[in-house]
Amino acid sequence: MSDAALRFEHVYKKFRKGETFDSLRDLIPALTGRMFRQQELSKTDKREFWALQDVSFEVERGEAFAIIGHNGAGKSTALKILSRIMKPTKGRMIVNGRLSALIEVSAGFHQDLTGRENIFLNGTILGMTKREIESKLDEIIAFSGLEEFIDTPVKRYSSGMYARLGFSVAAHVDPDVLIVDEVLSVGDYVFQQRCMERLRSMIGGGTTVLFVSHNLKAVTELCNRAMLLEHGKVVTIGQTDSVVRRYLCDSLKPSTSGPNKSVYISELKVRDQAGEQSTFESGQTAWVDIEVTAREAVEKLAVVIWLTDQSQYALFNTSTERLGHPPFSLNDGESYRCTFELKLNIAHGSFHVCAAIHRYDIQKDYDVKAPATTIFVGSTMAVRGAVNCFPRLVEARTVAEAASSSK
Amino acid sequence: MKEELQELYKYRELLYMIANRDVKVRYKQSVMGFMWAILVPTMIVISGIVVRYAYAMAAHVPVAKADIASVAVKSLPWAFLVSSIRFGCNSLIGPNNGLVTKVYFPREIFPLAAVLSSLFDFLVASGALLVFLLVARIGWSIYLVWIPILIIGLVILASGVGMVVAAASLFFRDVKYIVEVLLTFGIFFTPVFYDVSMFGDKGKWLLLNPVAPILDGLGACIVRQQPPDLPWCLYSFCFGTVSLFGGYVFFKHLEPAFAESI
Repeated sequence: MSDAALRFEHVYKKFRKGETFDSLRDLIPALTGRMFRQQELSKTDKREFWALQDVSFEVERGEAFAIIGHNGAGKSTALKILSRIMKPTKGRMIVNGRLSALIEVSAGFHQDLTGRENIFLNGTILGMTKREIESKLDEIIAFSGLEEFIDTPVKRYSSGMYARLGFSVAAHVDPDVLIVDEVLSVGDYVFQQRCMERLRSMIGGGTTVLFVSHNLKAVTELCNRAMLLEHGKVVTIGQTDSVVRRYLCDSLKPSTSGPNKSVYISELKVRDQAGEQSTFESGQTAWVDIEVTAREAVEKLAVVIWLTDQSQYALFNTSTERLGHPPFSLNDGESYRCTFELKLNIAHGSFHVCAAIHRYDIQKDYDVKAPATTIFVGSTMAVRGAVNCFPRLVEARTVAEAASSSK
Repeated sequence: MKEELQELYKYRELLYMIANRDVKVRYKQSVMGFMWAILVPTMIVISGIVVRYAYAMAAHVPVAKADIASVAVKSLPWAFLVSSIRFGCNSLIGPNNGLVTKVYFPREIFPLAAVLSSLFDFLVASGALLVFLLVARIGWSIYLVWIPILIIGLVILASGVGMVVAAASLFFRDVKYIVEVLLTFGIFFTPVFYDVSMFGDKGKWLLLNPVAPILDGLGACIVRQQPPDLPWCLYSFCFGTVSLFGGYVFFKHLEPAFAESI
């Protein structure tokens, strides 16, 4: 019980919606008015809403824990309570040890100061001592990759450089509990990988990490346990995979197609042998059933489908025409059905299935659904990246010195 | 309260860093560099000399060197007080806005850093004033030992008021305009351009302004080579201590709501 790094005990948080009095000019007349009509007080209660309701969870020391949920589910409020920026209306929150937050890492920067001066400023804001920063200064600068520009005022930095410097400082705080909020989207690919590596090594080194992100791939890669929030309430807490699955199942609501289009995708289903499905194992076969309906006569159509990863990067694309099926034409009220069989040789993560009705000769899209639905692919194999090449270790041994150095 | 003070002590380096940032930025932004610290007090001193000259003309007496020195000596601490309160008032709603909703640390650091950075400007300007006093051969006395004590009194007062207006201006957007008006016209209710002694018996009404005994005391021990008016200085100190204590409690009471109201 006492080994928990942090604990939420029945935390409630109430906010006020709508306008509150933010100037004396408005407050004074309102107060004098209120003295005469006291019953109006109850009216304001309707404008309150609960951002968090009875949220309880516990994170063990050295554990990586994720909070996921839609926008407005209460994730940010939970983080603000954790980092002590806000106080819960009811309930308790306990943190054991030094807590640091990677929330908008460059918040403490000042435009007119140089990169080096800002490292000291931001480091102190994040709770480091001056001596600590001095001892880590070279490491921080090297991590940011901004050696050349470190004595330039940060107002001349690009937004990427700005964010990189911010992350570099925050990544060197060495807290007991680290809160990470959507910061991994900064910088280029190489820097993002470096951040992920840094987070992994921190988790490996015993830091408790609390991760809030929409990047489900990063969440499943980093965290072993997760909590799903919806409308301020805990839906489920458990193994990351199952929580992510639950989250995706809940969010699978087919979007209604534009009623004013001449031809539209009237149905799109992803299924396995048994029926409609949203979670698959890597390497499994999936079928995508698509139905297209026309409202007026259209000709030379093809159905295109593609898969993207979380960051909308297209991983795979094909179409009825590419697969050798000739373009088809539809009359008013007619429908067309096709089924694609896909072998999901993709790695662990969540992927969007997208579809479009396309006419190749005039390059026109009649209807696009991107994403049409989201699938989650699990894998028992420890592979990382976008695809699964189903690796097998065929040979691994130490080679005798003589053999390798023979020249 | 004890825990809160311990926490503030733990964050003392941050207080220094924020004050340091404000000073650095202030001096970096202006081409004049350190002249910036002297600009505002110089303007006050010049206005004071004009006012003093008008008194002298009306009374048909020449302007005494001591009168000008007295205006200069009192202008600097007044400029310090005004700048502490003005920067303190904007310290939570201004450029630090982002920090209040993003990172946790004791928020009183902001108004206190405003006092600290203004104190730095004050010290720079005092260097210039010292040169002036030496050139003008104002002389010295044992009563100069009162200077640091009186300035500490002023710092206490500035910190207390700074915390109150910082917290209040976060909740009510018009507080900063009210504070601005009070600071602009406050100089007429404070013995900066004139001396308390000019009012004779009625002078004690002026001394009710807690800043007045301190400024008058500084004028007394530097220019007139007299001890400050001790009972009135004690009054200022009590007022300052109450405002510091009350301001801190007020600030800490409102602090949890800062992030939501900004």
